[in-house]
Amino acid sequence: MEFLRPSTLVEALEARSAHPDGVPIMGGTDVMVELNFDKRRPSALIDLTRVPELTEWGVDGDRTRLGAGVPYTRIIEHLSGRAPALAKASRSVASPQIRNRGTVGGNLGGASPAGEAHPPLLATDAEIELASVRGTRRVRARDFYLSFRTTALRPDELITAVLLPEAAGPQQFAKIGTRNAMVIAVTSFSLALDSERRAVGTGIGSAGPTPLRSEAAEEFLEGEFDWEDGRPLSEAVVRRFGELVASASRPIDDQRGTAEYRRHALSVMARRALSWSVTDYRKGSARCA
Amino acid sequence: MKATTKTVTTDLSSTTKDGLGASPRRPDGTLKVTGEFAYSSDLWMEGMLWGATLRSPHPHARILGIDVTEALRLPGVEAVLTHEDVPGAKRYGLEYQDQPVLAFDKVRYKGEAVAVVAADHPETARRAMERVRVDYEVLPPVSDSVRAAHDPEYPLVHEEGTLPVHEEYRQSGNRVRHQPIRSGDFAAAAESEEERLRVLERLRAEADAVVETEYEVGMQDQAFLGPESGMAVPAEDGGVDLYVATQWLHVDQKQIAPALGLPQDKVRLTLAGVGGAFGAREDLSMQIHAAMLALRTGKPVKFVYNREESFYGHVHRHPAKMRFEHGARADGTLVYATLEIIVDGGAYASATPAVVGVASSLGIGPYEVPHVMVDAYGVYTTNPPCGAMRGFGAVQACFGYESQMDKLASELGMHPVALRVKNAMAQGSRIITGQEIDMPLPMVEMLERARDLPMPVERTALEDPSDQRTLPGGVAGTTRGEGVVRGVGYGVGLKNLCFSEGFDDYSTARVRMEIVGGEPVVLVHTAAAEVGQGLVTIKGQIARTELGVERVAIAPSDTQVGSAGSSSASRQSYMTGGAVKVACEAVRESVFALARERGIVPSEAADAELSLVGGKVVSESAGVLVSLADLLGESASGGTVVEETREHHHRPTEVLDPTLGQGASHTQFGMCVHRAVVDVDVDLGLVKVVALDAVQDVGKVLHPQQLAGQIQGGSAQGLGLALTEEIQVKDSEIRNPSFTDYLIPTILDMPPMRIDVLEHPDPHAPYGLRGAGEPPTLSSTPAIVAAVRAATGRPLTHAPVRPEDIVGIEL
Repeated sequence: MEFLRPSTLVEALEARSAHPDGVPIMGGTDVMVELNFDKRRPSALIDLTRVPELTEWGVDGDRTRLGAGVPYTRIIEHLSGRAPALAKASRSVASPQIRNRGTVGGNLGGASPAGEAHPPLLATDAEIELASVRGTRRVRARDFYLSFRTTALRPDELITAVLLPEAAGPQQFAKIGTRNAMVIAVTSFSLALDSERRAVGTGIGSAGPTPLRSEAAEEFLEGEFDWEDGRPLSEAVVRRFGELVASASRPIDDQRGTAEYRRHALSVMARRALSWSVTDYRKGSARCA
Repeated sequence: MKATTKTVTTDLSSTTKDGLGASPRRPDGTLKVTGEFAYSSDLWMEGMLWGATLRSPHPHARILGIDVTEALRLPGVEAVLTHEDVPGAKRYGLEYQDQPVLAFDKVRYKGEAVAVVAADHPETARRAMERVRVDYEVLPPVSDSVRAAHDPEYPLVHEEGTLPVHEEYRQSGNRVRHQPIRSGDFAAAAESEEERLRVLERLRAEADAVVETEYEVGMQDQAFLGPESGMAVPAEDGGVDLYVATQWLHVDQKQIAPALGLPQDKVRLTLAGVGGAFGAREDLSMQIHAAMLALRTGKPVKFVYNREESFYGHVHRHPAKMRFEHGARADGTLVYATLEIIVDGGAYASATPAVVGVASSLGIGPYEVPHVMVDAYGVYTTNPPCGAMRGFGAVQACFGYESQMDKLASELGMHPVALRVKNAMAQGSRIITGQEIDMPLPMVEMLERARDLPMPVERTALEDPSDQRTLPGGVAGTTRGEGVVRGVGYGVGLKNLCFSEGFDDYSTARVRMEIVGGEPVVLVHTAAAEVGQGLVTIKGQIARTELGVERVAIAPSDTQVGSAGSSSASRQSYMTGGAVKVACEAVRESVFALARERGIVPSEAADAELSLVGGKVVSESAGVLVSLADLLGESASGGTVVEETREHHHRPTEVLDPTLGQGASHTQFGMCVHRAVVDVDVDLGLVKVVALDAVQDVGKVLHPQQLAGQIQGGSAQGLGLALTEEIQVKDSEIRNPSFTDYLIPTILDMPPMRIDVLEHPDPHAPYGLRGAGEPPTLSSTPAIVAAVRAATGRPLTHAPVRPEDIVGIEL
């Protein structure tokens, strides 16, 4: 196995181009497990930890550009205001040690449906920046996940950043684990309300072969929600929203939980996330007024 | 002076620094905290080889052929061994030799060792294993423990005539052991099934409330952090030296030597750094394999299992299926109880017979019940082998009988503590085997103390009630208080301590005193395994207290001294502590004899008025007689070295008779009471344990800090069994062999504990002590599950409780 250590983005892209079978490694929290368990023996490891562009974040117009290699700990510290759902999701990742190493880029590269970052990226309509020696392109998170652990990423590309629209309304993230910390998601849910575009975003984790969203629930809520004043929704609307989210999932029975429980938990989390969002929205509009 | 003399030998508030009753630091503590401690996985030698194990991918299959040719061709591979290469006995076992060293004819569980490889690099060893060709004829798994216990048509896991015979175990079919217990009118009716049913009908009619329930306890894992590992080094005398992490060096030696075809003294073991045990290291793992490869290659061979392999490399806690029936009068008085418990031993017996012995004799717990009928079965299946784990047999039964007590209390409208108090045992009570509890058992006091402990504050009174860390679901943010309901529950358990059922259990200690640099120095040598429990500290404390000497060194544990027995059954403070105590007493007597010989002791002074204090021989009447330094003289200059080796046996126990299950089978009894307070998100089925407070009687506290650690650790392990820890087995295959999916509690799951320790000395035990490690593991599980029941109103008959159980989804 070759071990490559590019120190600039250009070198990294060249290395990627030369080793399409290689595996990029950043925090190593996924890749090293696979190597240690002999589940993967790539021809090359491309260590990206020395590429400065990947570990920076900053404002890019009306969006936040988050380098793919920024660890979760820094997202929690710096982006709780700009990207609340992603920050909440980051807080629920594993343990402090893992949060110091793990990155959103790694989550996207591994593309496990259980990855914490996916539902917030879907709900907030984030974009993913993919670069290669051929150039750079941006793919909406909503178009990124193709099938089980397969994404729009091409073999010669690196995930360099995600672009997060500035939060224009409440954002939520909740995740079910049977222990109170350091647990992989049984299922998870993210909700974002965008008061400017009057848009609703949803994201569902660990309840299908890929991260999912519920377009039906989004459309339903966009129509029912009082975008002016955020008046409380009827019990029936909240319940219907929960049902629509649950019905968008395609869960299975496995060692972490049953499909039926996952659907049930999604409906509960969706209802709660909506109630919290309505409360936050009213507080937000009260502040603006 | 007089008072001081007395305290040294009889009271634990010793005047010697870091003696008994103090909390000296562990000698390995700093090294472990800083990451410098050498565990068995850290062993390294120049020129060593790496071992690897090829395991069966099938739970049940016939082996048609094994071809190692291609594996041997791989450069760097030095040996590939199969059952044909086992030099001696092809089977071994803890008490029961039924387990192949390497599989032959058949594999009986997924992960069973089939071949072993030694190579110059671990990666090479792994690659070599991929080249070993094994032809299997896959057989259907034999996975249903109830059928294994009762269905004579169910396929046999072990072919007839291949197993050792133990008449007293009532073996038949796939039954490893069946132990019935009959007391009261059930004993009189033991001969006839019809008569027994008549008795049961009559007792049911006498009872005002009858509760009958089936319970299940899932397969728990010991989840030690240090995987199975160690090294075998070939010796010039044709023998082998093994450095291994184990719980009992001599029982390893007893199993390894016959397999290698070597006499016992050619197989020498030294304890390597142990990263936790909890019962899982009582059985062998890599020991014989490493020794075979070392003897074959003439080079040191090291094994380290990886985490997934570790789930296949050791025995687990027996899962249990139980059916209880209890009848009580309106005032709560228990009239009768029946229990059928089936524990699944998996492919090989391991500790299954002993687990059945405990589960049966303690099956209905510490309650006075006049008429009892228990049938306990341990069975073979093709499921993962199960054996020793903290509290074995008693943990499973305790979940059942405590759940029954709560159900009865609820049926009768009584407080759960009141019902338990009504039926509580005490010193002088007889358990269902007829054995008298001839030591203090302040059960009523313990229950009342647990009930009266201060309650944790209500959620609304918390400094920050929205702090996610205080809520069920934790930082994953599933609730801000919605659906959260609080519940309180109690649990009490009775545990046998030390070995039971007629086993001549003993430990050996060698204690040496000499003068080094003008100061008395004591060396304590035993074969006892320090597995994290803290015996290493206790041994030093005992020597300091008994000999009045501050400088005490602990020799590495090895087989150069007699057996210490196992670091299990909460027995090492009692057994090896007891051995160190008697060896110290012998050293003291030798010192006094020497002082007499030299004319230092006044002839009228009896030994009883002599003591060792502060490095001096002291007489009650005459004060200081001589310093040890003067009496013995510098060791390096030909001074006297006093060395004594002693064995400590506990009092004999009896076997249970195979028809009525009567006999004084246990050495000592221990008890812990828990009160659990939980917050449950009843909509999502998630639980936050808010408080888990404990009352335990330990006879005498030897090391307060380590004792607290034992109670906290045992309670946490019980919390795991209550809420998250289960090896899920489907069609005999493990679905979650990783710490990603086998969930042990984190710091956010385990609340801070209030611990109330009582000291009622046991007159039969050294210092009056009572083993402390296991009792908290029994009672914390039912207490937590009871609290979740109180919050949800759900029956919750399976431990661990799953979110599905709480929200009412059928599994």
